[in-house]
Amino acid sequence: MEKLLEVKDLEVSFQTYAGEVKAVRGVNFDLYKGETLAIVGESGSGKSVTSQTIMKLIPMPPGKISNGQILFDGEDLVPKTNKEMEKIRGKDIGMIFQDPMTSLNPTMKVGMQIIEVLIKHQNMSKGNAKDRAIELLRLVGIPSPEKRVNQYPHEFSGGMRQRAMIAIALASNPKLLIADEPTTALDVTIQAQILELMKDLQKKMETSIIFITHDLGVVANVADRVAVMYAGKIVETGTVDEIFYNPKHPYTWGLLSSMPSLDSDEKTELMAIPGSPPDLTNPPKGDAFAPRNRYAMKIDFEKEPPMFKISETHYAATWLLHPDAPKVEPPEAVKRRMKNFSSDKLRKG
Amino acid sequence: MQNIPKEMFAPATLNENEAEKISKPSLSFWKDVTSRFKKNKLSIVGIVLLVLLLFMAIFGPMMTEFDYRTTDLAHANEAPSSVHWFGTDELGRDVFTRTWEGARISLFIGLAAAIIDLVIGVLWGGISGYMGGKVDEFMMRVADILYGVPYLLLVILLMVILEQGLGTMILAMTITGWINMARIVRGQVLQLKYQEYVLAAQTLGADVKRIMFKHLIPNSMGPILVTMTLTIPNAIFTESFLSYLGLGVQVPLASWGTMASEGLPAFEYYPWRLFFPATLICITIFAFNVIGDGMRDALDPRLRK
Amino acid sequence: MIVSLILIVTATFFLMQAAPGGPFTKEKDVPPEIEAALNAHYGLDQPLYKQYFDYLYDVARWDFGPSFKYKAMTVNEIINNGFPISLFLGIEAILIAIAFGVVLGVIAALYHNKWQDYSAMIIAVFGISVPSFILATVLQYIFAIKLDLFPVARWESFMHTILPAIALSSSPMAFIARLTRSSMLEVLSNDYIKTARAKGLKKGTITMKHTIRNAMLPVVSYMGPLTAGILTGSFVIEKIFGIPGLGDEFVTSITNRDYTVIMGVTVFYSILLLISVLLVDILYGFIDPRIKLSGAKKGE
Repeated sequence: MEKLLEVKDLEVSFQTYAGEVKAVRGVNFDLYKGETLAIVGESGSGKSVTSQTIMKLIPMPPGKISNGQILFDGEDLVPKTNKEMEKIRGKDIGMIFQDPMTSLNPTMKVGMQIIEVLIKHQNMSKGNAKDRAIELLRLVGIPSPEKRVNQYPHEFSGGMRQRAMIAIALASNPKLLIADEPTTALDVTIQAQILELMKDLQKKMETSIIFITHDLGVVANVADRVAVMYAGKIVETGTVDEIFYNPKHPYTWGLLSSMPSLDSDEKTELMAIPGSPPDLTNPPKGDAFAPRNRYAMKIDFEKEPPMFKISETHYAATWLLHPDAPKVEPPEAVKRRMKNFSSDKLRKG
Repeated sequence: MQNIPKEMFAPATLNENEAEKISKPSLSFWKDVTSRFKKNKLSIVGIVLLVLLLFMAIFGPMMTEFDYRTTDLAHANEAPSSVHWFGTDELGRDVFTRTWEGARISLFIGLAAAIIDLVIGVLWGGISGYMGGKVDEFMMRVADILYGVPYLLLVILLMVILEQGLGTMILAMTITGWINMARIVRGQVLQLKYQEYVLAAQTLGADVKRIMFKHLIPNSMGPILVTMTLTIPNAIFTESFLSYLGLGVQVPLASWGTMASEGLPAFEYYPWRLFFPATLICITIFAFNVIGDGMRDALDPRLRK
Repeated sequence: MIVSLILIVTATFFLMQAAPGGPFTKEKDVPPEIEAALNAHYGLDQPLYKQYFDYLYDVARWDFGPSFKYKAMTVNEIINNGFPISLFLGIEAILIAIAFGVVLGVIAALYHNKWQDYSAMIIAVFGISVPSFILATVLQYIFAIKLDLFPVARWESFMHTILPAIALSSSPMAFIARLTRSSMLEVLSNDYIKTARAKGLKKGTITMKHTIRNAMLPVVSYMGPLTAGILTGSFVIEKIFGIPGLGDEFVTSITNRDYTVIMGVTVFYSILLLISVLLVDILYGFIDPRIKLSGAKKGE
């Protein structure tokens, strides 16, 4: 499979009046053509910053990319100027945001907001662009698109607005779509519809998707591969099956155990991960997750763990994978999943 | 990979408290606000100016041997000198003394108007907001109709009819001036009355007065203070405007407005008579405005770190 | 709105009645019989309620009655003479205030926290702090008297209108600048601006088509109070520059205690202000598609 995007050693920090906040502290991942990569993490983990940095949407003072490369289709985006990025945004990379209520300009017709993109990137005439806008609205499942194209955002429901956002983002058939928590602000039933729509469009248009979320249920639904982020770093990455059924990082264990699942009995406790993420103005010395980690060892407080390879596709940054580390038992909920995994694997042969 | 000693892989003693420790010291709300206010250089300039003004208003008139009303026609219209630091006016009165006497009056008017607006506004807006329903609708409707009356027109009309003087002026200014404060207070109360601590107080049996005075109003202090701070320069402006139209305080009392209006026609020949009161009007309005702005910015929750 | 108007007319009427003395008491040596005759002539000896309703009726017919001071003129004539001049001055001032205020505010917001922002805001604070009549005097002194660039007073050519319009517009311009700036900053922090950037639109396009259009909404709302401010500001500015506008007449009538003129002009002004507020509301309804003017709600 071909690589569309390679992020290497990305570091992003912000100058605030409390000091310099290191929001992204060395992130590495790849994205292949046609696949969906989910980036999972809590608020403050750096997932939104990472995705917005790919498009260089972060305001550059106070933000700055202090290190790293973002190779999109072979070209490094980091040194590009804003003018150069304007040619890529909306054309080769599209983005949809979390809150459809506030992501659309309230005083501009929805159709116009799509037409803008078409005129800018595809040089269409206004008439052609309008026709194409109607087609796009139809494509994303909005009924009566000829009427809707002349309406304003407040006349659309939440789910419809998000569909319109998708239409805007996909208008120029971009190679990469970045979806930053697109379903978080929507009702569960609408959520399901939007996810179906996205999967459908992805097949039709062969777009690669980076899907940012904190909701593991959504991840299971849409992702091919997953990257788990904590405190500005990726702590584990693997295929969906590997992450859900054979996780190796204590943080991933924590996330999975705090999710209720259909086959857990009443006796199984839902575990919350105690404490809160660290203050990134003063990133801790060792593993950032150590203070909240039941399985922490002395070395976790001293040195940051490197990425350990578990399989060709599965990596985790935890000292527990060091040959000298003691063998630990993951929590109940996770153990049950792992059992399902190995028995599945055996069955699949 | 480098060699890591085996002991490093022993489990660390996990201190539960470590995890829940809050990593930044928490400041009380007001300490946070004051520290943000202090960072605003312009507001600090405003405070310094205000302190100087108050100082001079209190001690200024005592600094010379003249008083504000004694006329001395032999020394009329003299330019500033070592005897008369700000010069004299057409009746030979010392401008320096009159200026600082005027400061007392103008500042008094400003403060009085602000306090009266505060009291009426807080009561009206607080009751209206807390009571809600028909009471609220009625009270706000009255306020809206009164608000529709053009403020300065009303003030001028009142000044024309009633006996001119300090009291009338303050009455005229506050008759509709409180409406702004009332709206702000009502807005705050509406926001706060559904907060949980109000509910808690109600459950504990607190009566309306207690809830208002101990909970709702103290928590609205921020916008209230900002509004008050910005009412004062408005009052001073209105006073100078009225005095210019000849509707100000009566002779021989001096307010900055009356001094400015007397000094205006003589500006070409005796500029100091306009210069000092006018400059002080501007400085005072400026100071209160930047202080008010600084307070508003310091209180804005969106700017919180 | 009509309620406010009636209230104002009523209040004005009764306030005038409450003033000490009749309109003729200030005049020197009027023998009582002549005073009685004058009072009868003007209907001042009628019972109060009759006077009130007569007045209401007259106002509804747009007749404000005679001036008590200028015996040969009616209030209507006074208004007709002065208003066009004041209107011209007022519109000129409004245009200056909006044009410069908005530009200053937009620049300040786009260069937030840089020197352009700070200098623009300092100018704005000064605009608010210096009362218009003080500014007027200073401008007159420096530019007309000392530098002789503009005429000092009167209303004879377009050059005559410039200094007064500037003085009149200074405070409103400052308010508009601050309002525009804070509105722009608020809009810039909105998600849809991020969306616009994510679409790859040029910075200039985003500013013009997305940011400014949304930021102007509060500024349009401000036009109501703006008109009021310009109107009252005209009183002093016209006096300082010797402009024979309605504001100047109004001030004179106050000094002269010419009650019918005071009443008439007050009512006239109030009508003007109410109309301008109404116009602003309509204008706002056109600009902001979220406000339904017709009341019909479009379905989903």
